[in-house]
Amino acid sequence: MALNDFVDSTAANPLGRPRGIWSALHLDPILLFLLLILVSGGLFVLYSGADRNIEVVKAQGIRLGVAFVVMLVFAQLDPSVFRRWAPWLYGAGIAALLAVLLVGVGAKGAQRWLSIPGLPRFQPSELMKLVVPMMAAWYLSRHYLPPRFRHVIIGLAIVLVPMMMIIQQPDLGTSLLVGMAGIFVVFFAGISWKLITAFVALVSVSAPMMWFFVMRDYQKQRVLTLLDPQSDPLGAGWNIIQSKTAIGSGGIEGKGWLQGTQSHLEFLPESHTDFIVAVLAEEFGFIGMMALMAVYFLIILRCLYIAVTAQDSFSRLLAGALTMTFFIYIFVNVGMVSGLLPVVGVPLPLISYGGTSGVTLMAAFGVLMSIHTHRRMISA
Amino acid sequence: MPWGEFKDTAAERRLFQSRAMVMLTFVVLLIGGLLARMYQLQVIEHDVYTTLSDKNRVQVQSVPPPRGLVYDRNHTLLAENRPVFSVTLVPERVDEMAQTLSQLGGILDVSEEDLERFQRRLQEPRRPFQEIPLRYDLNEQEMARLAVHRHELPGVEVTAELVRYYPHSELTAHALGFVSRINRDELQRIDPVNYAGTNYIGKSGIERFYEDLLHGQVGYQHVETNARGRTLRVLERENPVPGEDLQLHLDLRLQKRAHELLDGRRGAIVAIEPATGGILALASVPGFDANKFVTGISVNDYRELSESRDKPLFNRALRGQYPPGSTMKPMLAIAALDSGATTRDYTIWDPGYFRLNDSGRRYRDWKRGGHGWVDLMDAMAESCDVYFYEIAVKMGVDTMYSYLSRFGFGEDAALDVSGALSGLLPSREWKRAMRSESWYPGDSVNLGIGQGFMLATPLQLATATSLIANRGTWAEPRLLKEIEGDTPVTDYLPDGTHEPLKLKNPGDWEFVVETMAEVMHGRRGTARRVGSDAPYRMAGKTGTAQVFSLAEDEEYDAEEIRERLRDHALFVGFAPVENPKIAVSVIVENGGGGSSTAAPVARALFDAWLLEFPANDDGALVGSVKAGGDG
Repeated sequence: MALNDFVDSTAANPLGRPRGIWSALHLDPILLFLLLILVSGGLFVLYSGADRNIEVVKAQGIRLGVAFVVMLVFAQLDPSVFRRWAPWLYGAGIAALLAVLLVGVGAKGAQRWLSIPGLPRFQPSELMKLVVPMMAAWYLSRHYLPPRFRHVIIGLAIVLVPMMMIIQQPDLGTSLLVGMAGIFVVFFAGISWKLITAFVALVSVSAPMMWFFVMRDYQKQRVLTLLDPQSDPLGAGWNIIQSKTAIGSGGIEGKGWLQGTQSHLEFLPESHTDFIVAVLAEEFGFIGMMALMAVYFLIILRCLYIAVTAQDSFSRLLAGALTMTFFIYIFVNVGMVSGLLPVVGVPLPLISYGGTSGVTLMAAFGVLMSIHTHRRMISA
Repeated sequence: MPWGEFKDTAAERRLFQSRAMVMLTFVVLLIGGLLARMYQLQVIEHDVYTTLSDKNRVQVQSVPPPRGLVYDRNHTLLAENRPVFSVTLVPERVDEMAQTLSQLGGILDVSEEDLERFQRRLQEPRRPFQEIPLRYDLNEQEMARLAVHRHELPGVEVTAELVRYYPHSELTAHALGFVSRINRDELQRIDPVNYAGTNYIGKSGIERFYEDLLHGQVGYQHVETNARGRTLRVLERENPVPGEDLQLHLDLRLQKRAHELLDGRRGAIVAIEPATGGILALASVPGFDANKFVTGISVNDYRELSESRDKPLFNRALRGQYPPGSTMKPMLAIAALDSGATTRDYTIWDPGYFRLNDSGRRYRDWKRGGHGWVDLMDAMAESCDVYFYEIAVKMGVDTMYSYLSRFGFGEDAALDVSGALSGLLPSREWKRAMRSESWYPGDSVNLGIGQGFMLATPLQLATATSLIANRGTWAEPRLLKEIEGDTPVTDYLPDGTHEPLKLKNPGDWEFVVETMAEVMHGRRGTARRVGSDAPYRMAGKTGTAQVFSLAEDEEYDAEEIRERLRDHALFVGFAPVENPKIAVSVIVENGGGGSSTAAPVARALFDAWLLEFPANDDGALVGSVKAGGDG
């Protein structure tokens, strides 16, 4: 545990030092500190991205406050609670997704919300980002790892069923994140490289099938636009051209806080939501982007450490998958805004305005803190 | 025992650790990839995107120059610019296009053409948030109704631009011409840079001829705009150079009087100041409201104008080509005297007809019984046709052609009057080319009284009359008097395009002028009733042009002929005889006799110009004119 102590001074303590306030609160101070840096920096960027609208910042602050409370609550629960509840939550989630498809509400041709009288309106697909990796981790950790082929297939089925249901809403971004969360569980469980190779091959073959049978026209359009934004500079290509222009014109040092012309003159669409990273890149330049990536990387590093030091397979698989989901958020969002990936509705985690994703993400960090702070002494 | 505990083996932990390392590597690689992308965009391609960003943000807008104003000789405004309001739509901000359009149709008068043009513009590629015009020139009621409903119509905006306005609409339409929207053909020939912000161009008259002067030079401004195209601030501005203001020789009072004198009839009046060639009045009646054409005339209004039997759009003063009839006699008298075909004393016997030979066709005199013994003075005063038949045959077509062409017939002699026609001065060559016939002596007979093939416009008749008033010195007719500012008029108006008409005996000018004075004041002058009681002496010649020809011995009574087939009444003249201040030509279509219909009109104009209008030499105006009429 020497390395352990070096990185983590608050968790399991074989020398019997009194546990500090962090242990009592079941919080990981390093992760918390990094998250607070990210969130507070994010609010400054949001103030600029929302064109100095302080109301937006206040609303986001309240939302993040709620999210931190949710994180605190989740951190108090023992990981075994998540494990025991995983199948039930999963079942309820599938039922809710079914309900969304049948009686859901929504806008712009997508049906994503479930409105139950007496409860606040919510997005079941958002919960599935947590529940699917829990379920997959629950199932795979019941058996010896690495999993047998049969277990892999069932594990993948656990992932694919909700994923397909979310695609039907349609919500490509969320289904992608849910699917990735589950697949990371399978990967962390130790699926053999042969199988991974086989699956990759299968996906490459089925990609054209997806193009013809699964993807909607607007989704295809996004891919085509990515390949050649100039083909439709005033329509679908507008977002990509404008965000690349915002990023590129930021240069190394950026134009300065609140000085971004692309965002403040309204050329950049969605400048306080999905495209907020372009605001940061425009105003804080390459240096700002490196700082952002450094904070994100440190958070991921800390979370992977928590996963590696977790005491049982379920916790490890869940922690690893949640960490990687967080990373996928970052990669897909920044990749999309910088024109590497098609436009998919994925927010920049903990910085983009609104959405329930902030709450879900903080809940995930709560789960990670729970895993880290509920370890038992005997594991040493 | 907690589930899973017993199988939490070291092997599983190691397996997870190795997978976590793979994932960490994966994360490092992808974050590196993202940062590499950022490096590419922000460092390597930084300049490209900076340019793009500035191009987004900074727009070069052209600032159209205000069009020059047009004044008459007394500084009365004839053409000005006024703000006109148009309704435009920003499609991005319109919730429901079809519904908005139908709602607007209920508030405003939106025609099918407007809608069609709008839909076409809607399909064309454009910047987001760019405005598309729907209807131009809203009236006050429409503005008020729109203001009431504005909040229900997101994306509907009202924009203003300066548009030409003619305060004296009908009076000046034919003299000034008008501007209208630039059409496709004009788009090909105009300078796209200078007209970048201009929507209107001179279509006719002064507006067309002096387009370059009136338009001015376009200005520019670099403005910072947002994505909606809304200007936030001006970064840099180069002001436009406004068009030059023009002062014309035209006198609105005389122009108005000319219109009043012809009111209810069809005809034209051209009045010229002989000393300068300045056109004092250029009236074609009926006129039309040129303002209707500026922002686009409706199909119905246009049809009404273009299909009217009175042809209000037809500029009779410049483009009406009439047989000049007896108004040609003063010019032919000059020709005959100078060529030796007659002398001041040469006398003939007029039996009421003329024959080329003893058995030939009879060319009738307007007076059935003939004028008896007439010399040139009598022939002018009484408008004896037979006298002129004879001298015309004596001169022959070539002589007549050469003299008449010196008077400006058969050409557009005006300097800055656009669209004027040349009439027709027939010659031997013309007849061979056009009719494949040789010139017959009978053709000369007809030409002798301004009939036959000969055609002239009122402007040409006034020009020729002005030349007589000037005793042979040319002052080409012109509208432009002064360009306000530094540009001298001579930059635009050429000088001396016509040689003075020098006679072998310059006294012949005075003699012919006296014969014309005899028409007005003589005991037997055809216009003696018109010329009587005048405190000044005037010179003139009446004319009557046949609208249809009569057979040799046919009788006709003007009363019996439908009004539209009656003769055109003509008159040319100038006053005062000794020091001419004004030369006019008057034509009243189907007016009957020149002496009874056209001559009184000319007298009224002479009186107005010489007696009524005070100080028309605009001496009161700050040193703008050197020579003008005197009261």
